[in-house]
Amino acid sequence: MPDFIAEWLNQNEIFTAMTIMEYWDGMVTTVHLVFLSLVIGLLVAVPLAILRTVRNPFVSGPVWLYTYLFRGTPLLIQLYIIYYGLAQIEGIQETFWWEIFREPFYPALLAFTLNTAAYTTEIIRGAIVSTPNGEIEAAKAYGMNWFMRMRRIVLPSAARRAVQAYSNEVIFMLHASAIASVVTIVDLTGAARNIYSRFYAPFDAFIFVALCYMALTFILVFAFRKLETHLLKHQRPVSG
Amino acid sequence: MKKMIFAASCALALIAGSAQAQERDLRIAFDVPYAPFEYKDENGNLTGFEVELAEAMCEEMNANCEFVIQAWDGMIPGLLARKFDLIMSSMSITPERAERVLFSEPYYNTPGGWFGPESFNTDVTDMDAMAGKTVGVQRGTTMDTYVTENMGGIVTIKRYTTADDMVLDLEGQRLDVVFVDYPVGEETVLSKEGFKEVGEPVKLGQGVGVAMRQRDTEVAEEVNAALRTLKEDGTYDTIMQKYFAYDIKM
Repeated sequence: MPDFIAEWLNQNEIFTAMTIMEYWDGMVTTVHLVFLSLVIGLLVAVPLAILRTVRNPFVSGPVWLYTYLFRGTPLLIQLYIIYYGLAQIEGIQETFWWEIFREPFYPALLAFTLNTAAYTTEIIRGAIVSTPNGEIEAAKAYGMNWFMRMRRIVLPSAARRAVQAYSNEVIFMLHASAIASVVTIVDLTGAARNIYSRFYAPFDAFIFVALCYMALTFILVFAFRKLETHLLKHQRPVSG
Repeated sequence: MKKMIFAASCALALIAGSAQAQERDLRIAFDVPYAPFEYKDENGNLTGFEVELAEAMCEEMNANCEFVIQAWDGMIPGLLARKFDLIMSSMSITPERAERVLFSEPYYNTPGGWFGPESFNTDVTDMDAMAGKTVGVQRGTTMDTYVTENMGGIVTIKRYTTADDMVLDLEGQRLDVVFVDYPVGEETVLSKEGFKEVGEPVKLGQGVGVAMRQRDTEVAEEVNAALRTLKEDGTYDTIMQKYFAYDIKM
């Protein structure tokens, strides 16, 4: 750390090098948690979204029920049920599952993943069902079977339509991750709460953490704008 | 003759003086219920450790006391607005509060208590043995500060907003031990099957004092003198033993 920054930090009552490190560790935890849950959530959501569009109700029904349950209840409640509920199961402490669920990180990861997967499933499903009929008919005319149609025509065009809605989901997930701090995870919000309670300075502690979230959001918005221009290149007017 | 008049006026002044002391009216505020410090018994009478201590104090001060019920949020504003003259409602002495009110000497301090499952047999003061253990505290309490300063880096500290959440994690074996305000631990942990006290209680913080308006220095002196007498002549101990099985005297 450059000397003048260290010097300025030492004059400051709250934002010392130590608290900055606490915020940094919190930021790493937040990014870690949100990134993993989004990646796993997306991987789960794509097949679920396809199943959700299948006509057979025995296939699409369970997926509908899952998305309904997880979109119909607050994430905080889901986290409470997974974190505290699992610990109440008789004898779970003796199984190997406890190695995973003893730490607060994995129950939070599970709750966040299930939640974001439910929303993402519905976003992708919406994009799939709005595929223009003409595209599918043309694919059929070319003799493509269902699998090839999905892979070459429906999913790529659905991805283009889903990306804007999905960027919202990513940002919501980042902000929703703040509730991880209620199950003792020291994420960005957890760090802010600890520092607030140490110095009784709510404005300093929370405004700083708000700026951290805004910086992360800015990076996400920027990345998605790049992705959108890339995916929607064909829609741009041809100009000289 | 002159001497006579002087003596008479001296005597008069003395009588007047003592009469004035006897007539001092004090209104003391409590926030109920906060058992066992202040609460209403089944007949609706105000009682508890602090209430009885206040009664003894008033007697010692020869003051005419009236007890007032005031919700916690309005405590300090009510005092400053002269709705009452003393607060004896478990108000911990902190530098922030001391800027607005005048505190007497502390009259009690509940210790922090170590609680854990029956199977926990580690000495909590032995840092080598405690290394790697997970300790639960309530965020921002004196217990949190104590563990952070003395055991940070040795044990894993988990901070909770409410004692209930913390006890749930103790039951779920996510925590090895909790360090919590003794009466709270007594009520939430010890009341459950399979848990015990696992270490000596630790006295923390500056304790609880009587809060008064900054300008009432005269009252403060009398309060301090009365509290000192009660602590010395055994009255304090008698009242304390009625409500507590452990020492909170300060």
